[in-house]
Amino acid sequence: MQLRIKGNIAVSESGFVFDPSTGDSYSINPIGVEIIQLMKQTLSEKAIVDAIVERYQTEPQTVEKDLYDFCNLLVKHQLADRI
Amino acid sequence: MATQTIEKLRYERPVITSLNAGVTNKFGTKSLHAPLSHIDGVSVKEIIQKYGSPVFILSERKIRQTYREAYRAFTSRYPKVQFAWSYKTNYINAVCNVFHQEGCWAEVVSIFEYKKAIGNGVQGKNIIFNGPEKTDEDLLLAIQNDSLIHIDHLDELYQIIELTTKIKKRPRVAIRVNMDTGVYPMWDRFGFNYETGQAWDAINKIILTDKMDLVGLHCHIGTFMLSANAYAVAAIKLADLALGIKEKHKQNIEYIDLGGGFASKNTLKGSFLPGSDTIPTFDDYADAICSTLLNAGFTKENLPMLILESGRALIDEAGFLAGSVIANKRLSDGRRAIVMDMGVNLLFTSFWYDHRISPVEESGNHTENAVIYGPLCMNIDIVRESVTLPPLKKGDHAVIHTVGAYNMTQWMQFIAMRPNVVLIDTEGKTHVIRNRETVDDLNKMEVMPEHLKKFKL
Amino acid sequence: MKQQLTVAVSGLNNTDNPGPGIPVIRALRDWKGNDIRIIGISYDNLEPGLFMRDLVDKSYSVPFPSGGTENLMLRLQYIHEIEKIDFIFPNFDAELFTFMKIAPELEKMGIKTFLPTADQFEERHKYRLSEFGEKYGLSVPLSITIGSISEVPAALNNFEYPVVVKGKFYDAYIAYNLEQVYSYFHKIQAKWGLPIILQQFVYGNEYNVVALGDGKGNTIGAVPMRKQYITDKGKAWAGITIDEPRLIEMTHKLIAANKWRGGMELELIKDKNGTLYIVEINPRFPAWVYLAVASGQNMPAAAIQLAFGEKVAAFENYDIGKLFVRYSWDNIVTLSEFQQISTLGEL
Ligand SMILES: Cc1ncc(COP(=O)(O)O)c(C=O)c1O
Repeated sequence: MQLRIKGNIAVSESGFVFDPSTGDSYSINPIGVEIIQLMKQTLSEKAIVDAIVERYQTEPQTVEKDLYDFCNLLVKHQLADRI
Repeated sequence: MATQTIEKLRYERPVITSLNAGVTNKFGTKSLHAPLSHIDGVSVKEIIQKYGSPVFILSERKIRQTYREAYRAFTSRYPKVQFAWSYKTNYINAVCNVFHQEGCWAEVVSIFEYKKAIGNGVQGKNIIFNGPEKTDEDLLLAIQNDSLIHIDHLDELYQIIELTTKIKKRPRVAIRVNMDTGVYPMWDRFGFNYETGQAWDAINKIILTDKMDLVGLHCHIGTFMLSANAYAVAAIKLADLALGIKEKHKQNIEYIDLGGGFASKNTLKGSFLPGSDTIPTFDDYADAICSTLLNAGFTKENLPMLILESGRALIDEAGFLAGSVIANKRLSDGRRAIVMDMGVNLLFTSFWYDHRISPVEESGNHTENAVIYGPLCMNIDIVRESVTLPPLKKGDHAVIHTVGAYNMTQWMQFIAMRPNVVLIDTEGKTHVIRNRETVDDLNKMEVMPEHLKKFKL
Repeated sequence: MKQQLTVAVSGLNNTDNPGPGIPVIRALRDWKGNDIRIIGISYDNLEPGLFMRDLVDKSYSVPFPSGGTENLMLRLQYIHEIEKIDFIFPNFDAELFTFMKIAPELEKMGIKTFLPTADQFEERHKYRLSEFGEKYGLSVPLSITIGSISEVPAALNNFEYPVVVKGKFYDAYIAYNLEQVYSYFHKIQAKWGLPIILQQFVYGNEYNVVALGDGKGNTIGAVPMRKQYITDKGKAWAGITIDEPRLIEMTHKLIAANKWRGGMELELIKDKNGTLYIVEINPRFPAWVYLAVASGQNMPAAAIQLAFGEKVAAFENYDIGKLFVRYSWDNIVTLSEFQQISTLGEL
């Protein structure tokens, strides 16, 4: 699943997210912040998985599953659109 | 020059949580989700590798520690104290024998448990036989062995009178008394009622027919009692009966048995504060009971022995259930669900407790609310409706705390088989004390009629 | 006692159903001759007091008491290391039990509290009100605790309708006939379990008293108030201090009898014959405590002095006919403040 993070969504270093269009705020863990940053560079899903596997002790399958879940949540919270 | 490999970072699932008003804040809750990697110095992961997943783990050190704490609380306040291990709470023989080594008698509620106690080497005179169901055969065996028979109802009393014509021994008996201690619900279905005079009538019947020795008075006012004062009320009422017997019949009652029911460090569903913060301590219970008995009006020589049949409070904390994550799910309403290989088939007590759950592996600071399901394909198989845990992935391990009481006796062989039970001894060595069930074990009990043996598909 | 004190205060939920935190802080700010640093303790990132920066010097999020004392203690230790707290004022009903329990440990760390004892806290529960009244010779509405529906008809012989049907800790309904008693009984039982309390409904005017006991049987302060205006949540929005010596007498009698330590609020009803009934005892200062301060009795400050073992003379007088009229105020807060408290847990 490829996502586009909505343009007005800003993520702070501490993982605080404010959605100005809905007024909701969220907290994201460090790896989530990293993934959002990668998404903002419009990397493909595979590229994101590779980048994470490169830096963390994990394997592609796990990251793929978790990324799928994370993306679904971002869409559910209306922070991102599918493309 | 050697190439430098950069140590990779520890991976954690990406998590996003809503910052709504009313969301429990996470600051300072770290120890709530702190991993439990070792029990008594033994790695949980290694136990699982060696004995399978899931697996029940019992800490012998914790059992002994808890028992000694309870024993100290009572013996420091009262001169004659005897504990009797309540078999139904956990009757795996190794567990029973830890208690017997500590000096506990046996308290049983069926002939099956009675035979287990005899098999463990407990002398008949140190077995308390409770419960509403005792056949002639059961009673004859108990009379022969000089066991303490606690009479539950009038039919049993007459049954024993009848049996004394067939046996040359005087049965040693007590009656079970039920009463209002100000606690709800009142357990008035067992024994003879105090307030209506049933108990007093039964006592007189026993003494006047003169076929058996009335040696004790018993009650068990309920379980998971959050009020120590209820025991003071129970002690007053039993003491009143004992003193009445002394006055009217000039007989001494040897013991007063206040049963079990002390709360363990679990959290009842629906309670706001965790059980470990709210339940009375052994000292609280002991204080209420002992000061009441000491001031009840017994002379020093006639002070009855105090028997306690505490079950869950002595064993619950020593028991753990360790298992693995089978799957993570996202429910339709956005909630996270974790499916584990340990469900209500093994954890009967999850119907009334919010059991504490700890991850085994290290995790980060972020947590997520999740519902914990067991492996059964049944909608009721929910271990926790809602618990905050760090992100767990398939294959990660978790430990459920405070499961030593009633689970290893009330577990069901349903859909899955019962797992190994492992005891960690006081030196940190592990022992299987009950083998996991196999298909053969279960099939062994079944019989196939000849005409059903063959089929063609 | 030092002139410079650091006092931690919870109950910063200054909403339309306010907690006593902000009023207690105002009382301490009015305490002449002392330099007080106020540390806010919050359970929720939107407690209004967090953002009242002229009243609260620094705030910290802490875990709910439902997370266990162990976690709360760890968090308080962390805060104490930075702030060197001298005194803690817990103000939420739900946290009192926990704070009473950890009070000895806090004392060892050098943090004082001034709270009722566990026995005092337990025996004033509403399901024990009858017992309480009997023990201390105070009139309370007749109440009977029942453990099974079959006891209802016999119990009802003692009452006249309407009857209040109450849960052990929460919920209360007024029933005007047997059907309603049964229906509320089932409703409460389903939600909170047994026992259930039947209580005589008393017609009359309601009064409140805020008071402070020194733990030795002396009443240090007591100010009675009559609610003037009540919100749809049953909370006082305006109230006036009154001159009714019997309310003070009753308070003195109660505190002398059970040696209450700390702040409390009594809720009383005067029936048509003029008999005063105690209907509830809250084991902390109420949200309207600042009315007592403004009337001349700074009980929160006195509580701190008592905790430090100082001799505190009982307040003799208060201004009669002084009113409070609550208002709400839209405080403007920046996103960065909200971000700070919600991601760092400190503000
Ligand atoms: C007669 C008797 N004694 C002792 C016990 C042990 O109770 P607990 O585990 O609550 O201490 C029970 C349990 O129901 C019981 O029925």
